[in-house]
Amino acid sequence: MSDRKFGFDTQCIHAGQSPDPNTGSRAVPIHQTTAYVFDSADHAASLFNLEAFGNIYTRIMNPTSGVFEERMAALEGGTAALALGSGMAAQMTSILTIMQTGHELVSSSTLYGGTYTQFDVNLREMGINVTFVDPNDPENFRKAITDKTRALYAETVSNPLGNVLDIEAVAKVAQEAGIPLIIDNTFATPYLCRPIEHGANIVVNSATKFICGHGTSIGGVLVDGGNFPWDNGKFPCMTEPSKGYHGIKFYETFGNFGYAIRARVEILRTHGQALSPFNSFLFTQGLETLNLRMDRHCSSALEIAKFLNDHPAVEWVNFAGLPDSPYHELSKKYMPKGAGSIFTFGVKGGIEAGRTLINSVELFSHLVNVGDAKSLIAHPASTTHRQLNEEEQMSAGVTPETVRISVGLETLEDLIWDLDQALAKSQKAKA
Amino acid sequence: MQSTDTIKRILKEYKTIAVVGLSGNWNRPSHFAAKYMKAHGYKIIPVNPGYEEILGEKCYPSLLEIPEPVDIVDIFRRSRDVPPIVDDAIEIGAKVVWMQLTVEHEEAAQKAREAGLEVVMDRCVKIEHGRFFGGINFLGVNRGVITSKK
Repeated sequence: MSDRKFGFDTQCIHAGQSPDPNTGSRAVPIHQTTAYVFDSADHAASLFNLEAFGNIYTRIMNPTSGVFEERMAALEGGTAALALGSGMAAQMTSILTIMQTGHELVSSSTLYGGTYTQFDVNLREMGINVTFVDPNDPENFRKAITDKTRALYAETVSNPLGNVLDIEAVAKVAQEAGIPLIIDNTFATPYLCRPIEHGANIVVNSATKFICGHGTSIGGVLVDGGNFPWDNGKFPCMTEPSKGYHGIKFYETFGNFGYAIRARVEILRTHGQALSPFNSFLFTQGLETLNLRMDRHCSSALEIAKFLNDHPAVEWVNFAGLPDSPYHELSKKYMPKGAGSIFTFGVKGGIEAGRTLINSVELFSHLVNVGDAKSLIAHPASTTHRQLNEEEQMSAGVTPETVRISVGLETLEDLIWDLDQALAKSQKAKA
Repeated sequence: MQSTDTIKRILKEYKTIAVVGLSGNWNRPSHFAAKYMKAHGYKIIPVNPGYEEILGEKCYPSLLEIPEPVDIVDIFRRSRDVPPIVDDAIEIGAKVVWMQLTVEHEEAAQKAREAGLEVVMDRCVKIEHGRFFGGINFLGVNRGVITSKK
């Protein structure tokens, strides 16, 4: 029986946790503790040496976070996962685990604005050069690879342009170059797309979004696909004795989850971007309904996109779920259950009409988050992508009139009513 | 042969492990695994011609010199070195041939199976023990265990 391959919905609810052997607790216990008592001096030493499995200190590991991590690893189809303090921390950790000064990253140019800045400013400050490429042609990644490149990076569905990556084509480029492909799967979640099944090697998620699902907690997670040969000569940090961890060779010792272990004990342990156990609990709970929520997010978003597409006050709608989107075919291939619930549109009347629209909505919340049960609206040019100059904004798909919405779980007709009345006001202001 | 049920049963049923290629160097994977298994109640018999004693246990130059019954022969050697070790495992009446992470030899495995031994390949005894009997999920590892039983 235990060899049964359980379905995705079952894993959303059960992966990573069986009832607590001491108390019988069925729900995931919240281990709100800093540290853990050792059995003996020898036991403590064994734990620090990584000779024994066990808990040392919550900055490095925590049983509640362990449930969240294992559940994410199971849902993404990876070998192990590591929870981190935010999505930004997850992607930074995914890179620092295998890249040092002098290495290069080739990244999609269509990224969340904060990610773009992290790569363009912070990584460069550390001596890691980043080349941004248009991800719509996978060959652009190949052309930018040099002998110093150690990873490719892209988002499944980019924020906010909404372009869908041809993961298999880019994974092939990465494989041929002997470097891993890192995918940010935040907008799709493992319910809509499992990048590892398409050849990605490492997946990061901002858990803050659909995984949490209720806009309560900041967090992130990285998943080790367990499918990259770290001993190909390009990654001595995975195969040579570790300076930071008394001579351990991570790939040799931990095999197909060695990357996740190195991320934990050599990056998280010393950089300290740990996730709160309480947030892990909330994310674990969020995952239990991820499948149901994503179905509703997707169906409502598609209806709203169609409504906006036919609306006289709307200039354009950019949503891969619509048949006329240039990304519709890729979306059907990689996200057959739905194209997500985050998309952009342009109001007739440009930036002023867009501002009036955002000021006039009653039910949509004006804020910079996505993937909440509540419907959200934002103006990327003045918020999420504000640190980018106009040219960089254009390359990330942000024009002055672009409005981004994240469709929530409210009554669909109420959401349509809200946008309709706000669009009417936006056009009056223009006149 | 490598189903979760089989691996779980092997680790539950058999308690004596001869570790071929066990290193006396404390930060080598073989030493990690053997020390861990010893701490979890398994009898460890080191097999390595280079040592007299490892982990406080008498070390033997080969499987054939071990004077007591062996359940599991755990192999920490390169894949190409596996066949003669499997021959010895069959000769001493071991129950299981266990090849560690990245160690695989299908022909030798087949020979062992034909002689009535169970075979596990490309797995770590320590990781598999942690997977089924606690500990490892605190490190975020996907154990593939789903159950509503305590």
